[in-house]
Amino acid sequence: MPRPGFVLDVDRSTPPVLFHHGEGFRLEKLPADRSRIIYPAEPIEPIADPVGAIRHALANPLGDAAPLAAQLLAGMKLTICFDDISLPLPPMKRPDIRQMVIEAVLDLAAAAGVDDVHLIAALALHRRMTESELRHAVGDRVYEAFAPSGALYNHDAEDPDNLLEIGTTKHGEVVEINKRAAESDLLVYVNINLVSMDGGWKSTATGLSSYKSLKHHHNVKTMQASTSFMDRHKSELHHSNWRMGEVLKSSGVKIFQIETTMNNNVFGTDGPMSVLQKREWEWTARDRMTFLAMQKGLDRISPRMRRQAFQSWKAPHAMTSVQAGEVDAVHEVTTANVFRQHLVPVEGQTDILTMGLPYISPYNVNSILNPVLVMCLGLGYFFNLYRGKPPVREGGVLIMSHPTPWEFHPVHHPSYIDFFEQVLSETTDPLVLEEKFEKQFAEDEWYRHLYRTSYAYHGVHPFYMWYWGSHAMQHLGRVIIVGGEERSVRRLGFQPASTLQDAFEMASDVVGREPTITHLHNPPILMADVT
Amino acid sequence: MKALRFDRKPARYAAAIVAGKLAPGAGAGVGPLRLADVDPPELPGPDWLRIAPRLAGICGSDLGTIDGTSSRYFEPIVSFPFVPGHEVVADLLDPLDATDGSGPLAPDGTHRVVLEPVLGCAARSISPTCAACAAGDLGRCTNISFGHLSPGLQSGFCCETGGGWSTGMVAHRSQLHRVPDDMTDEAAVMVEPTACAVHAALAAGIAPGDTVVVLGAGTLGLLVLAAVRRYTQAGTVIVVAKHDAQRTLARSLGADVVVAPGEIRRAVRRSTGSMAIGDGDITRLTGGAACVLDCVGSAPSLDDSMAVTRPGGQITLVGMAGVTNLDLTGLWHRELRLVGAYAYGTETLVDGTSRRTFDLASELVMADDLARLVSATYPLSRYREAIAHAASAGGRGAVKVCFDLRTEKERTRL
Repeated sequence: MPRPGFVLDVDRSTPPVLFHHGEGFRLEKLPADRSRIIYPAEPIEPIADPVGAIRHALANPLGDAAPLAAQLLAGMKLTICFDDISLPLPPMKRPDIRQMVIEAVLDLAAAAGVDDVHLIAALALHRRMTESELRHAVGDRVYEAFAPSGALYNHDAEDPDNLLEIGTTKHGEVVEINKRAAESDLLVYVNINLVSMDGGWKSTATGLSSYKSLKHHHNVKTMQASTSFMDRHKSELHHSNWRMGEVLKSSGVKIFQIETTMNNNVFGTDGPMSVLQKREWEWTARDRMTFLAMQKGLDRISPRMRRQAFQSWKAPHAMTSVQAGEVDAVHEVTTANVFRQHLVPVEGQTDILTMGLPYISPYNVNSILNPVLVMCLGLGYFFNLYRGKPPVREGGVLIMSHPTPWEFHPVHHPSYIDFFEQVLSETTDPLVLEEKFEKQFAEDEWYRHLYRTSYAYHGVHPFYMWYWGSHAMQHLGRVIIVGGEERSVRRLGFQPASTLQDAFEMASDVVGREPTITHLHNPPILMADVT
Repeated sequence: MKALRFDRKPARYAAAIVAGKLAPGAGAGVGPLRLADVDPPELPGPDWLRIAPRLAGICGSDLGTIDGTSSRYFEPIVSFPFVPGHEVVADLLDPLDATDGSGPLAPDGTHRVVLEPVLGCAARSISPTCAACAAGDLGRCTNISFGHLSPGLQSGFCCETGGGWSTGMVAHRSQLHRVPDDMTDEAAVMVEPTACAVHAALAAGIAPGDTVVVLGAGTLGLLVLAAVRRYTQAGTVIVVAKHDAQRTLARSLGADVVVAPGEIRRAVRRSTGSMAIGDGDITRLTGGAACVLDCVGSAPSLDDSMAVTRPGGQITLVGMAGVTNLDLTGLWHRELRLVGAYAYGTETLVDGTSRRTFDLASELVMADDLARLVSATYPLSRYREAIAHAASAGGRGAVKVCFDLRTEKERTRL
């Protein structure tokens, strides 16, 4: 029986705690008697027969929806859209959940005589998926059946011929999505809900949309009003997407939503990497040796090889639920299942929040976690993994651990390089940079060209990464990065510290000399339910 | 008198080359440059005057000579032994005109001059003068090694004139510009390098609103930036600066965008909205800046220059280049103009008027307070440190390093 997450009060006998540190790890001692560590729950047992569960979900939909088989008719136009490379994290072992779901859908479609089928990676303004990434997501059989004829492809948010303006919300938000998807007789969406931000109307309203639509909610004002964007009911980001969903519904776009959840078994419960998920006081001598050997091994290899080693890791996390049918009904159940794995009850806030940042975010799969993404991962994702209120008080300090190298992938993140060199050298204020620079980047022809023909994130994307952290930036009094490259950290507008103890010292003029501390233990991720 | 003298000594020169490769400026310790007691230079002719340097700058061309990195191109237009130093503010020791009275003058700062070091037809007693000298373009003099003077493109490279790195030298009256009373010595010593910069800025072909790139933010790059801002109608000016202090100065002198060396292609692409060749990692731009002033003159800087100049644009080579390995395909394919800018003379401004470069430079020095670019001064006795400082100025937060001759004891014995 997996143990739930809990809060450990640190005392003198608490051993050093594992922190992610990019492509590496640190063991850090937290001050006794005023620190607490939020530990995630152990991985929930996955579904024993995922294919069977998928078939059951398709046949027993939730909400106002007929079974999928009943909706598939010969001669119809069917489009299957699926979450892109940003999920799951890390990429999972084969078969990917999307492969299993899509194969089940295609089996039903074939049985019904549907032969006009397109499969679209719903990537919005993310980068295009490569052949090997698509193969990993949908499986070789599906890839080879559909890609050669051009029926399996990446959504292109800059293709004016393949976008359709559906309407506007009551707030004046333009809803524009992929034309093929909009004009299909049935749109099946295949989702992986890694965190509670994902899924629901966000799948289609964001994943299949364009800049014209996205800018209504991917902006500073919306993100500052999303407290947090992991809690749909307190998230303006989600309110906007749900309004757009209403427009999609009322315009007659017929969506059959299939959502899945996963457990948090990132490094395995046995095997050489399992030590990384274990609670430190439960490390055996063998675990300690394994960890030491891993550290030594990582120290010996080049940064490039370290990155390759980590990026090639395929996680054994597995499906814990699958539900299908009408979007809202499905998403309620999905969210409950996400919370079942992630939520940890926490009482009160502390002065300082610490976290170790891993090597991977949704936006650097098979790539480099550049400094902008470090900010997004820390102040965006990890900070927002709360319900209720943040575990750190307003005006408190965030201390993150990451090497933060001044390094960018020029193919994947060309506009990020310019954002970092030009925009952040002038200002780190999200409102100012939104006003002054966003349009220039969003409409830059070269970025547009690379997004459409290469494997680049859209020109505007680094801005969204910055906006993702804007609620945290408003909330916090200071951000310190431990072990980060000094000039990168300073360019981000944060303060560099060599050690965690130095960071505490540096925080003292904001939070005093005996601050209380919350550490968000990771791996794997969790969500703090703070009262 | 005391002087730093550069002798023709091949073995020492070879040693300087090796030392200069190990540490910039190290050629001063082992090369042919020595602090020596020398006889003051004799007056080569009737229109020559004696002057006593007060401040003398260390230029990049001097460093190239000392470290053996200069091209052999210069050998026939240099005469040994010579005393380096062509950026000079000095006291007149002989009257320049009637206002100085008659008889020898005291080196007390009352009668100061700036040296225009190019040795053209007038200095060489050549009459009639060549067409370039007649037009006031001394830098293009075609009699550079001829006439009644030993070869030497400038004072500071001629065995007969002496140079600024000493307590005494000689100059032809046509080479001397009076220093106004309200101009400090530090401002005056900046006039000659500023004149090079003004000439380059006006030779760069900058049209109103053009995007201009200045590659390099050492002394020359910063002065070129100031000159571009004052004497052209450039639009966006982008400066490439390696060091933090240089970046700060570049912003204060009017740069719109200041970037590190590896960032220039992206910066020009952003500013001009150009497309680029390369899958995110820019090989070159398909558009680019109208004008690039390369104040470095190395193969990588020229490569960058060609990558960021728009088709039909101009690259002005301001920095002293040597033997350089370069792929010129881009120059041909994009119909780029590669133009050298050397020294100064007479300039035609945007309003059509003609002015002497030195006059324009003096105005710019005062207007932009360029005296602040003199970062350090040294006595002759500490020449090794001075040259090492000048050779690594950027990294040490310095711009112009000078010799200060005002405190040399023997000035009072002149």
